[in-house]
Amino acid sequence: MAAFNKAQVKEKMQENEEDVILSVRDLHTTFFTDSGEVHAVNGVSFNLRKGKIMGVVGESGSGKSVTAYSIMQILASTGRVTQGEILYKGQNILHYNKKQMDAFRGDKCSIIFQDPMTSLNPTFTVGWQLREALQLHTEYRTKDAANKRAVELLKMVGVNEPESRIRQYPFELSGGMRQRVMIAMALACEPDILIADEPTTALDVTIQAQILELMKDLQKQLGMAIILVTHDLGVIASMCDEVIVMYGGRVCERGTADDIFYRPCHEYTRGLLRSIPNVDNMKEKLVPIGGTPINMLAMPEGCAFCPRCENALKICLTEKPEELQMPDGHYAACWMNVKRAYEEERKEKAGEEVHA
Amino acid sequence: MAAEAKKKSDYLVEVHDLKEYFPVKTGWFSTIPLKAVDGVSFNIRAGETLGLVGESGCGKTTVGRTLLRLYEPTGGEFYFNGELVTDKNIQPLRKEMQMVFQDPYSSLNPRMTVEDIIGEPLDIHHLYNTKSERHDRIMELMELVGLNAEHATRYAHEFSGGQRQRIGIARALAVNPKFIVCDEPVSALDVSIQAQVINMFEELQEKLGVAYLFIAHDLLVVHHISKRIAVMYLGKLVEIADADELNDHPIHPYTLSLLSAVPIPDPKTARESRRIVLEGDVPSPLHMPSGCPFRTRCRYATERCAEEMPPLTDRGRGHMVACWEK
Repeated sequence: MAAFNKAQVKEKMQENEEDVILSVRDLHTTFFTDSGEVHAVNGVSFNLRKGKIMGVVGESGSGKSVTAYSIMQILASTGRVTQGEILYKGQNILHYNKKQMDAFRGDKCSIIFQDPMTSLNPTFTVGWQLREALQLHTEYRTKDAANKRAVELLKMVGVNEPESRIRQYPFELSGGMRQRVMIAMALACEPDILIADEPTTALDVTIQAQILELMKDLQKQLGMAIILVTHDLGVIASMCDEVIVMYGGRVCERGTADDIFYRPCHEYTRGLLRSIPNVDNMKEKLVPIGGTPINMLAMPEGCAFCPRCENALKICLTEKPEELQMPDGHYAACWMNVKRAYEEERKEKAGEEVHA
Repeated sequence: MAAEAKKKSDYLVEVHDLKEYFPVKTGWFSTIPLKAVDGVSFNIRAGETLGLVGESGCGKTTVGRTLLRLYEPTGGEFYFNGELVTDKNIQPLRKEMQMVFQDPYSSLNPRMTVEDIIGEPLDIHHLYNTKSERHDRIMELMELVGLNAEHATRYAHEFSGGQRQRIGIARALAVNPKFIVCDEPVSALDVSIQAQVINMFEELQEKLGVAYLFIAHDLLVVHHISKRIAVMYLGKLVEIADADELNDHPIHPYTLSLLSAVPIPDPKTARESRRIVLEGDVPSPLHMPSGCPFRTRCRYATERCAEEMPPLTDRGRGHMVACWEK
């Protein structure tokens, strides 16, 4: 298999170790529910580099949010990380005790949730909630100092009249404003890592554009790394340096945005790109992905996407595909690539024999 | 109205100056009107799709619901097939006009089987003589939307989002309508399922010749399915044109910023395109700005915009725009 560098992901991961701020290795997260074990995340690995935006894309139930929550250790009570490591600057945060974890959350790593209405406390003012984060984690211990800093933060995220806003309650603000407050809270301690879990899904397009621009600007200003979890391929295309495509709790494909959009090597990524309306396919029929989203309680034995895949092979049913490097350097986990490489090799051999 | 009678063959749906105000209590005895829809006019031909886009709270859903008289309109006229729709004749006309709702989880009765959900419109409009006729029609409809016959005895909660939306569509199609209001029918669905439902809408239109008013906030989806697109802002139509024309040559500053705000799923285009980021939020519809509602966020706004609402004027090839400056 000449086309493949069978050197594994792990080796690649050891490169540029200084750059990597967060390294997730073979993460497994399982929810132990009454109706059975739900393996929400099954062996996800990635490296987050300093000052980069990494996109995680997938449909509902693909495990993208659970991956994010696993990093923050804010899983529901039934959920547990069963295997794998999450390394922050070389330290495994899964071994942190509660005190260390409290220091990690907010200080080193913050999260923005999808719905700004339900993730802000409705019974406290915006200022109170911002102060809480500041007084807990930063040197702004007194109320006055924290208040001053809160106003600064709100100004930074583009909230108009911040002095009066800090006395308002979340319900008095619009969706876009609330999301700005969430971002201000997340940035209060100037974290190294910002996890944004569908930050714009609940917002209108024009407000979405504002928030995305804001996140890009702040990222440049403060140099933090962002994990952007979304199902919107449009958001991915305009924001991300690196992209991970997830399905059924596993990584299907990883690479730069260009790799994913122009040279997709996994059947799921291909199907996803064909099924969304784009500028080029307005006159054509969309090609949907058949079937229904995966049932996490009854995961297939082989490739998770296999029941919906048009080109599924026999091996897809029984064996999980390994992540392999493609000729252009990005990674995909799909048996089709192995088949293609094998066929090419055979063709080459046949050609050589003819020449001989 | 003689003019209206003449138009009868032209348009299936004609809406003139539709208004829908909701009273909002401001005190013990005082109410002020919330102008959800304020003077909207458009036409739809038989078998055509008109897309209706705008931000949340701009009144696009209210337009659809008012047309079907789920709300009592405050003003304006609605002609269906040349006939003025009033309170008196809406009941039989509901057979011609149906609706598909946004949320497939709350728009199906959890205590009814699929068969009963799809059969309910048939019962209401007495569209069968024998029980077997009803059953056959239900089976035919389920096949049409791609559901298996064995699904008939199941309940809505046993289905996935995409399948539930299919049940909702089958219910709407049961009475052979000529016009369906689709209120954000795909926005609650997963990306990979959206395409299945969009394709089905298109196929059903080819097969049955129904006209759609397709309400959505996803501009790419609307562009894909619609022949013409209308853009709403704070209860008013600001632009209406052919889908391609609107996409290639938008005129109204709001449409321009709306289109530029759409994240295009293509990294190269995304890198090259420049976003026109709108300042601020949509003003509250309770305290509407005078004149053009968009003027508070518009770069080109002048004094005239504050004084008078610009009328929709034709800029050639049926491209209607409501703007003084552009």
